[in-house]
Amino acid sequence: MNLDFTPQEEAFRQEVRSFLKEQLPARLAGKVRTCKRLSKQDMEQWHAILHARGWLANSWPEEWGGTGWSLAQRYIFDVETAMACAPRIVPFGVMMLGPVLIKYGSEAQKQYFLPRILNGSDWWCQGYSEPGAGSDLASLKCAAIRDGDHYVVNGQKTWTTFGHFANMIFCLVRTKKEGKPQEGISFLLIDMNTPGIEVRPIILLDGKHEVNEVFFSDVRVPAGNLVGEENKGWTYAKYLLTHERTNIAGIGASMAAFEWLLHIARAQKKNGRPLAEDPYFAARLARLEIDLENMKTTNLRVLAAAGQGVAPVAESSMLKIRGTEIRQEITALTRRALGPYAQPFISEALDEGFKGAPVGPEYAAPVAVEYFNNRKLTIFGGSNEVQREIITKAILEL
Amino acid sequence: MDFNHSEYRQMLVDMLGRYLNQRYSMGVRHGIAQSDAGWSAEHWAALAELGVVGALFGEAVGGFGGAGFDIGAVFEQLGKALVVEPFLGTLMAGTALAQAGGHAELLNEMIAGQAVVVFAHEEPQSRYDLRDVETRVLETADGWALTGSKAVVPQIEAADWILVSAREAGGISLFLLGKMVAGVSIRGYPMIDGGRGGELILEGADAKRVGSPGEAYAIVEAAYAAGNVALVWEAVGIMDVLKAATLDYLRTRKQFGVPIGKFQALQHRMATMALEIEQARSAALNAAAALGAGRLERERKAAAAKFTIGKVGTLVAEEAIQMHGGIGMTWELPLSHYAKRLTMIGHQLGDEDHCLARFIALGLGPEGATA
Ligand SMILES: Cc1cc2nc3c(=O)[nH]c(=O)nc-3n(C[C@H](O)[C@H](O)[C@H](O)COP(=O)(O)OP(=O)(O)OC[C@H]3O[C@@H](n4cnc5c(N)ncnc54)[C@H](O)[C@@H]3O)c2cc1C
Repeated sequence: MNLDFTPQEEAFRQEVRSFLKEQLPARLAGKVRTCKRLSKQDMEQWHAILHARGWLANSWPEEWGGTGWSLAQRYIFDVETAMACAPRIVPFGVMMLGPVLIKYGSEAQKQYFLPRILNGSDWWCQGYSEPGAGSDLASLKCAAIRDGDHYVVNGQKTWTTFGHFANMIFCLVRTKKEGKPQEGISFLLIDMNTPGIEVRPIILLDGKHEVNEVFFSDVRVPAGNLVGEENKGWTYAKYLLTHERTNIAGIGASMAAFEWLLHIARAQKKNGRPLAEDPYFAARLARLEIDLENMKTTNLRVLAAAGQGVAPVAESSMLKIRGTEIRQEITALTRRALGPYAQPFISEALDEGFKGAPVGPEYAAPVAVEYFNNRKLTIFGGSNEVQREIITKAILEL
Repeated sequence: MDFNHSEYRQMLVDMLGRYLNQRYSMGVRHGIAQSDAGWSAEHWAALAELGVVGALFGEAVGGFGGAGFDIGAVFEQLGKALVVEPFLGTLMAGTALAQAGGHAELLNEMIAGQAVVVFAHEEPQSRYDLRDVETRVLETADGWALTGSKAVVPQIEAADWILVSAREAGGISLFLLGKMVAGVSIRGYPMIDGGRGGELILEGADAKRVGSPGEAYAIVEAAYAAGNVALVWEAVGIMDVLKAATLDYLRTRKQFGVPIGKFQALQHRMATMALEIEQARSAALNAAAALGAGRLERERKAAAAKFTIGKVGTLVAEEAIQMHGGIGMTWELPLSHYAKRLTMIGHQLGDEDHCLARFIALGLGPEGATA
């Protein structure tokens, strides 16, 4: 047993750190650290910086412009970038679609779409969920009917994150109504500028426009945009979901958020002493820190197993559940740390260039917003209830 | 033992419920909550006219209620409709004025809906510690001048008068302050759960004395006890709405061909939520019953109830959203606004940890008496 990273891996960590030191713009890191809203341009800027270094697609093989990194390297990269307060890589193109195209896409699709993901020509969004098909994704209805060398798409997708930024959407569509629902689903790439597509905002409880409804009426999609075979989309989607989940614990993000929580808990005062020293709050912090430390090792164990070729299906469910619970608990404690100052809602203070004086401590404005917004973590990416079902069946065999 | 409201109180509840149902719909509420003013003078006047403000105060000061259960009954209804009007400040300021004595006219105006008074006690550094007051008093030729700051005062911009605490004569004193006086500035802002609040900055502001110098701590405590009873009942009202909405959703939302309420995983969570809400209601009943009791009894029950609401409120808000899935995250569904308000009640007048510590301190025999 040895829980340490190898010397090569530690050297890699240093390489990542010096890259971040040189290349991560202070402006972006400052925004991420203080939970300001990132603009589309901010996210694109960071993608471009990573792409220039060849580090954007760190789950792709080198052949397609990826890094070819091991899971341990990817983990180190995730932790280091998060701790340095780099923006998160927008997952839809790089983490989700890319791996599917590489495994199942046609040569033409790979040649055309993969470079465009890397150089930022395309902004992808994920069209899976529908009003009637959330946890029961396989019941989706959005239909694609073959008409000559096109598919004609009719239906609706919803909860589409960044659909208002995207020019492309990868969709699960129904191409067969008979038989098992999973066996009539196809994976289709759709240009959002095609006539018949309408994107409508959904405002979340924090007042933010982050997700959308996407409506399709008689949208003609070239048949060449079908990924793999017709009616095999479910297989590709499941493959994508396992990719979505290798980094699902979000350890790096939680470590960074925990640091920020500590910063706040030390600055806040209770009975004239730092809140971090208040026995009640200290106990809350300690429980959380212990859980996070345990989670780091659980995560590394899963990575080690995956590195030896064990598909981490049920284990990644464990990482998803506990990782998101920890992240939510961090945001909940940060909210608690503010006391009465969790209540003011200075929305402008979340935007860059806000010059007004803060209300209460300067770190206060985004805290309650982050707490409420992060309720989503246990809902999307397969809700935590659905993940528990997977554990129950796949590991516990109940 | 009788767990029913008196006939008179039940009438008030029904009437208030009816008014809110008919005139303070969610659409109306959102309009008010997000308006520049953050409250509605029109609804305030109408509610005062119905006697809702008067129900918060005893007959001795011109009201027709004022018991813990009166306050609870009103705030439970306010919670159900997510009302943002300045009731909490009115209750706390009015309770303090009544205890201090000698403000019959202002109290009458408050009860009639002609004057709004809010209570500005907590300060940026005080974090729920009611004794931590740094605002200073200076005697001037014709009265007193206050310097200091007060934190996150709900609906302070709606107030005609502000009741302010200050440190003096080795204790705490109370003063009444007009909003338009020189040396008073208010930084108003929207609250995350709707309505508005503000910071009060005093730089030598002229103020009128209320009660005796240095002796207001007991009054502050009494006002906070009433405020806590109000908040825990507001929370009970909100939790009942969240429970009903979630139950309804579990019965109607279908996934995998069945209502999601058929999944045992959710059934048990819902059962826990229902059980915890009943425990919270009992805590709120205890606090309301003890509001007229001796200090120690009153304070311990208030701390216990506010602690319970802090704990259960977080659970109910989070579970209600989670069991709704994505739709629970949306602005459009009233549910998310109830969840936000419920969560923020946990940040007002004392959070879970603070109330737990206070409950412990108050239980430590003679030393507890000063906690
Ligand atoms: C902020 C946000 C961003 C999103 N982004 C995207 C996106 O970009 N693209 C996309 O396609 N989708 C996206 N989603 C959708 C997300 O994947 C769904 O919300 C999720 O799958 C849950 O579906 P639902 O909301 O319909 O809830 P439902 O499936 O209706 O679930 C409601 C509740 O029932 C529970 N439940 C369901 N089935 C079971 C069961 N068998 N046993 C026990 N409990 C069960 C759920 O866990 C949940 O608590 C996003 C969602 C959110 C909130």
